Amino acid sequence: MVNTIHGKIIVSGEAQGDILKLSEPLSLWGGLNPETGEITDRHHPNSGDNVTGKILVMPSGRGSSSASSILLEAVRQQKAPAGIILRETDGILALGAVVAREIYEVDLPVIVLNPNDYDALKSGQSIDITQDGSVSQTS
Amino acid sequence: MPLQLTDKDQTMLNGDMGRAPQIAMRILTTMAEVYGAEELLDITSAHIDGVLYHGLSGLEFVQKLVEAEGQVVVPTTLNVGALDLMHPEAFQGTQQVADWARQTMLGYEQLGCQPIYTCAPYQTMARPKFGEQIAWAESNAIVFANSVLGARTQRYGDFIDICCALTGRAPNAGLHITENRRGQLLYQLTDIPEKLLHEDVLFPVLGYYIGANSGNNIPVIEGLHPDTTEDQLKALGAATASSGAVGLFHAIGITPEAETYNEAFQNSEPQQIIPITMKTLRDTRDNLATAPDGEINAVALGSPHFSVGEFEQLLPLVTAHPPHPDIEFIVCTNRIVLEVLKKRGWLAQLKSSGVTVIVDTCVVVTPIMRVKHGTLMTNSGKFAHYAPGNIGLSTVYGSLQECVRSAEIGKVWRDETLW
Repeated sequence: MVNTIHGKIIVSGEAQGDILKLSEPLSLWGGLNPETGEITDRHHPNSGDNVTGKILVMPSGRGSSSASSILLEAVRQQKAPAGIILRETDGILALGAVVAREIYEVDLPVIVLNPNDYDALKSGQSIDITQDGSVSQTS
Repeated sequence: MPLQLTDKDQTMLNGDMGRAPQIAMRILTTMAEVYGAEELLDITSAHIDGVLYHGLSGLEFVQKLVEAEGQVVVPTTLNVGALDLMHPEAFQGTQQVADWARQTMLGYEQLGCQPIYTCAPYQTMARPKFGEQIAWAESNAIVFANSVLGARTQRYGDFIDICCALTGRAPNAGLHITENRRGQLLYQLTDIPEKLLHEDVLFPVLGYYIGANSGNNIPVIEGLHPDTTEDQLKALGAATASSGAVGLFHAIGITPEAETYNEAFQNSEPQQIIPITMKTLRDTRDNLATAPDGEINAVALGSPHFSVGEFEQLLPLVTAHPPHPDIEFIVCTNRIVLEVLKKRGWLAQLKSSGVTVIVDTCVVVTPIMRVKHGTLMTNSGKFAHYAPGNIGLSTVYGSLQECVRSAEIGKVWRDETLW
């Protein structure tokens, strides 16, 4: 990834961080410990990884509507990802992010990319997300 | 087309009607765009799941709305909380969590929500009429309102539920719209004996199978008996929403949007036809259990909350076959039903038989059961699904009579004529 790419803004905001890319969707409820930021779903390939401060990249959300509560609780505990990039829109994650902005005044952008742009993102890359929904490699 | 707001929506968004409607409208408009809605619509009631304590952030959310002087603008009921406020000593978590859980519940009361604390609001005063647009959370209440009453709600959850209640508005999308309520999958009951079609024990099993196999599609059931009861449909719906994500089902000849096959499918054809045989049902019934038939430690009933009619069935059974003193026997219901039990003298009879009745909450969302290890027997598909993960008990599934008779002897008792 070299060029700036433009995503669809689900929840706007600014964020910077290293990518943590998951090969499978993660259900935050029962899958993320909001007190530590650790992925606790033992059936998930990224079990044990930590999302705190990362740009969490995954195909979509999954599972219970309580995922929005878990995301908000992770924000409160300062263990949330810095931003979320998806391939498919997810209302539950969006809700957690928009409530986080209202209650804790925390930017937690949620961006959807088309499949080609999505595929270009790799774990470990350091990227910036800006207010206009563009995603670029940190220079 | 982008989201179009009315003048009143815009007034709320600008903050001219107060800070709480402004916060709620900001959240709602963001979510409306996520759902692809072109407008918001008026709702006539709301039911709030966010009242269940999940963490301090949920409390801080409701406190923010209370500080902003929020008040609901449509009749709004509350789902279960984490405490039985009438018997708070039953809670076994820490005092700190109990305090936060109580403050969360009282916060929603301060916003003007009715403290009925039940997952079966549709069997109390909150019973929407056919075609009403509502914003309900709690998966079993959603599926009941949509399917059995013909009211219309999306599968709402924490936070957005109260935003709808504070504004009286909801995104016009999904199950609010007629075309999106069209049946998609046809489940045909084939060789099910007439006797079993009348038995309560069938419905959680049937629902559990349908939920697990429907994905995001709307299931249509063909072959149920026309005199299927409301409590049976309640149990069926709750199970579909436990094993899957069903928000609406149709039962041909029974539910209000499915008087005929053509009405259920809105004159289109099903995407898929799925036969349900006795083998399907027996396999599903077996999958509902995580422990083999043997000794049990507890029986829990009432998910969704037990109705007066269900207590009417239970009472003669436990009077004739009281639970063994070592077996914890617990029934979850709501305050309104509790009042009826008191008036009729049933509560005293249940207590003297060894049955504990709890209100405002339920055994799989909060630490309230005395039994911590071993096997729980239930007639609820929802309890059977959630008990192993949420409270660490193995489960055995059975009919109401099987549960009562098993509690009497401390091990699973089976009615071999059922299946």
